[in-house]
Order: sequence, then structure tokens, then C-alpha cells
Amino acid sequence: MNAPFNKLLGQDGVNRRDVVVGSALVGGALLVGCSPADIMSAGSKVEVGAFGPFVKVGPDGGVTVISKHIEFGQGNHAGLAAIVAEELDADWTRVSVEQAPANAKLYANGSLGAQLTGGSSAISNSWTQLRKAGAATRAMFVQAAAAKWNVPAAEITVKDSVLSHKSGKTAGFGDLVADAAKITPPADPALKDPKAFTLIGTDRVRRKDAQAKSDGTARFTQDVHLPNMLTAMVAHAPRFGGTVKSFDAAEAKKVPGVVEVYEIPTGIAVVAETTYAARMGREALKVEWNEEKAEKRSSSTILAAFRELATGKGPADQKWEAFDSKGDAAVIAGAKGAKVFEATYEFPYLAHAAMEPMNCVAMVDGSKVKMVFGSQGQTLDQLNAAKIVGTLPGSVEIETLFAGGSFGRRANFTSDYASECVQIAKRVGKGRPVKLVWTREDDMRAGFFRPQVVHAVKISLDKDGYPAAWRHRIVSQSIMKGSPMGGKGPDQTAIEGTAGSPYLKATPIVDAQVALPDVGVPVLWWRSVGATHTAFVMEHTIDQLARKAGKDPVDYRRALYAKAGADRHLATLNLALEKAGPAPAAGWSRGVAVHESFGSVVAQVAEVKLVDGAPKVGRVVTAIDCGVAVSPDQIAAQMEGGTCYGLSAALFGEITLTDGAVDQGNFDGYRVLRMNEAPTVETYIVASGNPPSGVGEPGTPVIGPAVANALLALNAKSTQRLPFTTQTA
Amino acid sequence: MAATLDINGKTVTVNADPATPLLWVLRDEVGLTGAKFGCGVAQCGACTVHVDGQPIRSCVTPIEGLSGVKITTIEGLGGAHPLQQAWVKHDVPQCGYCQSGQIMSAAALIAQNTAPSDEDIDNAMSGNICRCGTYQRIRAAIKDAASGGLGTVAAAGKPHADIDEAIAAASGATARGTGR
Repeated sequence: MNAPFNKLLGQDGVNRRDVVVGSALVGGALLVGCSPADIMSAGSKVEVGAFGPFVKVGPDGGVTVISKHIEFGQGNHAGLAAIVAEELDADWTRVSVEQAPANAKLYANGSLGAQLTGGSSAISNSWTQLRKAGAATRAMFVQAAAAKWNVPAAEITVKDSVLSHKSGKTAGFGDLVADAAKITPPADPALKDPKAFTLIGTDRVRRKDAQAKSDGTARFTQDVHLPNMLTAMVAHAPRFGGTVKSFDAAEAKKVPGVVEVYEIPTGIAVVAETTYAARMGREALKVEWNEEKAEKRSSSTILAAFRELATGKGPADQKWEAFDSKGDAAVIAGAKGAKVFEATYEFPYLAHAAMEPMNCVAMVDGSKVKMVFGSQGQTLDQLNAAKIVGTLPGSVEIETLFAGGSFGRRANFTSDYASECVQIAKRVGKGRPVKLVWTREDDMRAGFFRPQVVHAVKISLDKDGYPAAWRHRIVSQSIMKGSPMGGKGPDQTAIEGTAGSPYLKATPIVDAQVALPDVGVPVLWWRSVGATHTAFVMEHTIDQLARKAGKDPVDYRRALYAKAGADRHLATLNLALEKAGPAPAAGWSRGVAVHESFGSVVAQVAEVKLVDGAPKVGRVVTAIDCGVAVSPDQIAAQMEGGTCYGLSAALFGEITLTDGAVDQGNFDGYRVLRMNEAPTVETYIVASGNPPSGVGEPGTPVIGPAVANALLALNAKSTQRLPFTTQTA
Repeated sequence: MAATLDINGKTVTVNADPATPLLWVLRDEVGLTGAKFGCGVAQCGACTVHVDGQPIRSCVTPIEGLSGVKITTIEGLGGAHPLQQAWVKHDVPQCGYCQSGQIMSAAALIAQNTAPSDEDIDNAMSGNICRCGTYQRIRAAIKDAASGGLGTVAAAGKPHADIDEAIAAASGATARGTGR
């Protein structure tokens, strides 16, 4: 999801990043040049305080950092607060975090052009913005103190929210806040030399929500109870694209607590006084579906068609798009013999399966809409809700709550579950709150899966055993096609990771193409997006090539990184190897993988053994180069969690469709990683002075190929399809 | 239909169908939302609470048959239970949605076992899914809390009144949030 939102926002050609970063300074001063048609001008009802849209200082001196990004596990609230606190020299123990309202003007993601948390960009796109916000606030306090004490501003120091002068005068933020608020904010405040950081990069940067998330008080959408609130569940068509033919609500309406039953565009809504009543009402409902236009193919049929395409046996009229070509492609087409490597890799649909099933609370009163939920893409959600109600996006207020995970699921172009809630709230009307609850089965069968993907590679090696020519074919479904984020050229989400690979850079002849046939199954970004499959293909292929060339896979990588000038890959790999030590414990096999995604390079050394024929992963040594490490402990947490998420998919993850209907509904059918299967992840961070890059996603895609490579080393068998549990030898 | 339940030491009368799972009574009727809905079929453990000190999945436990038992939810641990302190110390939570259930399963474990092995932890905790993958921090936090000798809190089968007392006694026994 690196593509900009310019098309959506009607801003083609405008450098949104400049506008947004500029607006960060001091709340409103730079909100210029917006036409009335600009969607960004809607939703600007937010009262911005004296210190701008990101910082509040209370009369007690407590600092509140306003986060434009949702917190659903990534730990970004800790990092965002630390960036402000560092430049402000605030007392970290007295810094809290508040969630920003929906307002793309003030709170757009500088990398994406809309208020949206994604692409592992929360810290990176906020880095300069929040440093300036913190520094500007600090300058305002310093100037206020200088005026009050009648001393030069340059002689004032700030530490832990206390300003001091050599004369012995001191004052806390609370003492000076009224004066500081009257100071004109500097347009371009001086930022610290990173060498002077005292908070960023230390283990003092801790989560601010750990207590609330350990005592049951953290508030999620599922926990919202408002006066007079109704709870709704919706019966959905069993196949994607199905619609309601007819329904009989007589029995459902007899269920005590059921208030109303009616059709909405996505199915039949059962509206009730409690969750239990809504569920029982839905069970009593009878619906006939019209499936004429539904996708009725099985996933295996779709995958077979992808395989045919990837291996050159598909229909000739299929459109292919080249994403990397150099040299004479005919060389590789005709190549054969001992120096030629060919492989096909297959990847299944994956559900995000966040712990909190999708849900939303909405109230509609005429043209006014309020939504209270874990909104990942506030601008999208505003646009979709406004369209349903027939109002302006700015009339849609969103209170963003914690979400019980998302991994990409909570942000999509139709705001599927949130739109469904607004449809019901609109029908209920009068501003009465409606909570839409999806069961696990609703969540798992609603689509928006990681697409099925097939890669086919044919690579010839030169006399030294390194790739001389590389043909690569990817067949998948497009996530971006037809969406506001769809740009020109091939869908990057299908190719990123193969596109841009140092291995292709090091290969003289490359012919890489992608085909993205239409399938009626909704697909979406899934933690690390394209890298979920490209990292596996590139990294597992490299180990097989090294094997073919009779070389050590680590040395093989090092040589290719040298050819490609991939210094960060090399340094990250070396750090992981150094920390892993010379050899695994007896009985364990080692596999290595390295991949760059979202601007960060992750290298892993995974120790694996087979237990009853299935891979068991023990120690995983991880190195990451993510630029400046704002919050080292949260980076470690994301490497631990990302590894588990990736390993879960690699070991077990697979959504299948039989005649178009999703087979899995719950965690019994869609198995996920549990405590007894979890690896022990060690995290080491490459020292870097570069601006921060992604952390939430880059830890996910590396473990799969690392395990595959460990198995290759163990028994000389390659892995041609995921999950591992479905290998056919 | 009225039912009387003992929840966190308080007698609560609720008006609900006897077949209603305890989870929905806790959340929708009583207003205790710490226990979470994750799967509805006892697969994920997010809804875990204690009945007479034993961890149960409240999403599949109807309230009929729960009169006369002691129900303890995450709210009943008081916020400063050794496990809760250890959870904060290790920055265990990520999204946090599963953690009430994780802590309730762990609380039952360390009430009976003050030195749980990795295998003991696997056995006690593998019914609780965490999609964020906080497992290794959960493991570390359990060991930390258990080794503090504080495992008698909410001991299985103990009279309910003892819980508050034990929590009070345990509070402050370990520093909270002092960093790694």
C-alpha cells in the first residue's frame, strides 16, 4: 500500500506530503490553497490548540500527544509520543496519548495522502512532522520563560518538562503553559542533533497502554455500550457476489429482544437489544439467495488456472505486464541443461483473523453521522459513510478506538463492515446508536483475503554459478485494480519484493512479468502485502540456486549483494549471523532469509527440526535495519509478533473455497499459531542514522523462507507450496 | 428470566435466558467487558474467566448451572495482580484484545504452580490464541510473576473473600513498569 491516494482525493499532481507535513507545525497556519471541492477541506471541525494539532499541554504540565494513527498492536503510540517528548524535552512519565479525530486536513498520512494507518508508515511519515511539533512547542515555552525572567532564550535549558536558567530560576511546563500558549509558534524550529537524543532509542520508550490492556479497561469497539444502543448482526450470502432473493423473518422476529429485521445491500440485518438476541434472531431467519452472478469456482480451480498462466499454458489473450526487463529475454526462454533451474510456487488465500472480529458502532441523524470504532482508514470510512447517507465526508465524525488487531483488514476501499453498520444506523435513524457485531464465522467468510498467488521462475546460472538470466512470472489477483489507489503500471502490491530485489539487480538478463486475472473473491493487503509471497519465492529460490551451484547459501547471498550494491542487506545479514553464533544446537537445522519491505531490511536465522514430520521452529535470530530505532523494545515486539504471524501462515494458514463457498469458519478450521508452537525470537537492531522506516510488517515475510531453507538443508527437499502442512512431495 | 450470580465477590441478579452464554451476560447485562468475544466456540480463550478458580470459556458456558459458584473476571483481579504487574513490566500486550483471557488462564496456572516449566505453560496456555504473537513475553511474564512467590493469589477453590485480601497483600510486592 505504498501508492498515493491522489486520485481518490482529486489531487493529481499536488505534492500532498508537503502540504501535510507543513500543516503539522502549528495547527492551521499552513492550511492554505484548498479549493472548496477539495475533500481535505471537509471534516475540519477540530479545535486546534495553541500548540498545534499534535500537542496539548495541560495546566498541570502533563503533555498529551495526539496520534493520527490507530493503535492496534503495533506500538506506534509509544513511538509517536516519544518523538514529540524527545524534541520537547518532556518528562516521559507524564506524557499520554490521545487518538486524533477524523480529519484528513490535519491528520493525513504523509506517505498515503489520506488519514490511514498502513504501509508500516506511522513512525516514518510522522518523524519530521512530530519532531517539529515537539520542537516548536519547546521553543514556545523557552520564549515564554525568557520573557518572564528577562533572560536570553539561548541561556534556558529544558529537561523533564522543567525549564531552568543559570540564575537558578526554574519553572515547570504547567507554570508557563498560559504564557507559552500566547507565543507565535516558530515556522521552522531547530531540531536536535540525533546524537543528543536522550529518550529515542532507549528502553525507556514503553507502551502507554500496557496497564489498560492488562486489567480489562482498554476500550475496543466490542466494548462500546451507549444509552439506547441496538446490536445488529447480518446474514450474508454464502458466496461472493450473491444477493438476497427473498427472506422470511417471522421466526426471527419471535425471538425475545429482536427489534427489527430488514434487507440492506449486503444481506439481511437482524437488529436487537442484545448481542445474544441478534444472534438467535439471525439463526431463526430464513433467506433465499440469488447466486446467478456469484463466484462459484473452488479455490483449487482458480489456483489451477493461475498455474496454467504462470507456466505458459494459459489463454493467449491474458494481459501480461512487464515489471523488470533487461537483456535478451530469448536467451532464457530457450535455455536448458544442468545450469537451468525451474520452479513453481503456490500460495493460498489467507484470512487476517484478527482477534476482534470486525465490528462498528454508528449513529445517523439526518445528514450527521458519528462512528465509534477501530477505524484504520478514517478518510475512506468518512467517504463511504457519506456516500451511503448522502452527505459530505466532513459531516462524518469518527472516534477511533483501539482495535483488537487488523493486519490490514480494517482498511479497505468499500469500508465493508463499517458501511454495513452505517446502512443499518441510517435505517434506524434519529441518531440511535447501532453496534454491528460480526461473529468469527462472519469475519472469516467475508473475504478480503490475501490473494492466491502462483510464481514460476526459470533461471540459468553463469559459469561461476550465479544467475545469468532470470525469467519470472507472477499470477495473482489485483488488490488495487479499480480502486482509488490504483495507479499506472502493474499493481505494485502483487510484485513488490520481486520487483526491486537485489538478486534481479545482480542478474544481467531479466524478464519479469505479472498477470492479474479477475476473480470474484474480494482480496486485500495482509500484513506485509506482496512480500508475503515474493520474499518466500526470492529467498527460497536463492538457497536452491546456491545448492545447484555448490555454494554456501550465505556466501552466495553475500556475493549477490556485492554485485547489486545491497549494503544494507549485507550488513543486516551479517549482524544476524554474528548473533546467531557458529552453529545451532544439536538436532536443529538452520535456515537463513533476508528481505527488504517498507524501507526496512530484516534478516533471520531460524532453527528448525521435524517433529512427527512437521516443522518445529525454535530459536529465531532476527536483525533489522529500520533506520533510527525510536522504540527498540517495540521494534523487538514487532519482530516477535511479525514472526509469529508469518510463521502461523507458513505452517497452517489456508482459506479454501468449495464451489465458491469458504470452507473455514473458525479457528478449528483455520488453524493459527499457539503458545506451544511459538518460536523464541531474538532481535538485534542495525545502528543507523537514517530516518525511521517500517517495523510493523517487515518482520512477517522472512520466517517462511527461513524455515523452508532450514528444511532444504535438513532433507534436501524444497517447498513448492504453502502452508507447509499441505506439502505434496 | 432472573438469575443470581456471584461475580467478583458481588451478588448480581440478571434478567436473561438461562441458555445465554455467561460471556454475553457479563458484557451486555453486567457491564464487565474485560472478557472478550473472539470465536464463540471455545477455540481462542479470549473469553476466559474463572469458575471456582478454574479457567472456563465463558462464550460456551450457559448461565444456568452457575448459581452458587464463584465467578471471577479480569476485573476481579484488581489491576495490580502479580501477573498484571508482570504484563506491564514486560510490555506484553500489543493489540491487547486477548490479554484478559491470557491473564485469567495464567492466573489459574500460577495459583497451583509457583514454578511452572515451559511444558506447564504450554499446557495451560495453548488454548489462548494471540494473533499479535506475544507468546514469548507471556511466557516470560508468567515465570516472573510465579517466581515472585505470589502464586497464591486467587488460588483455585479458595473462598472468594480471600481473593481481594490476597490481591491486597500481593499489591506492591513487585515494582510495576520498571523496565526491562
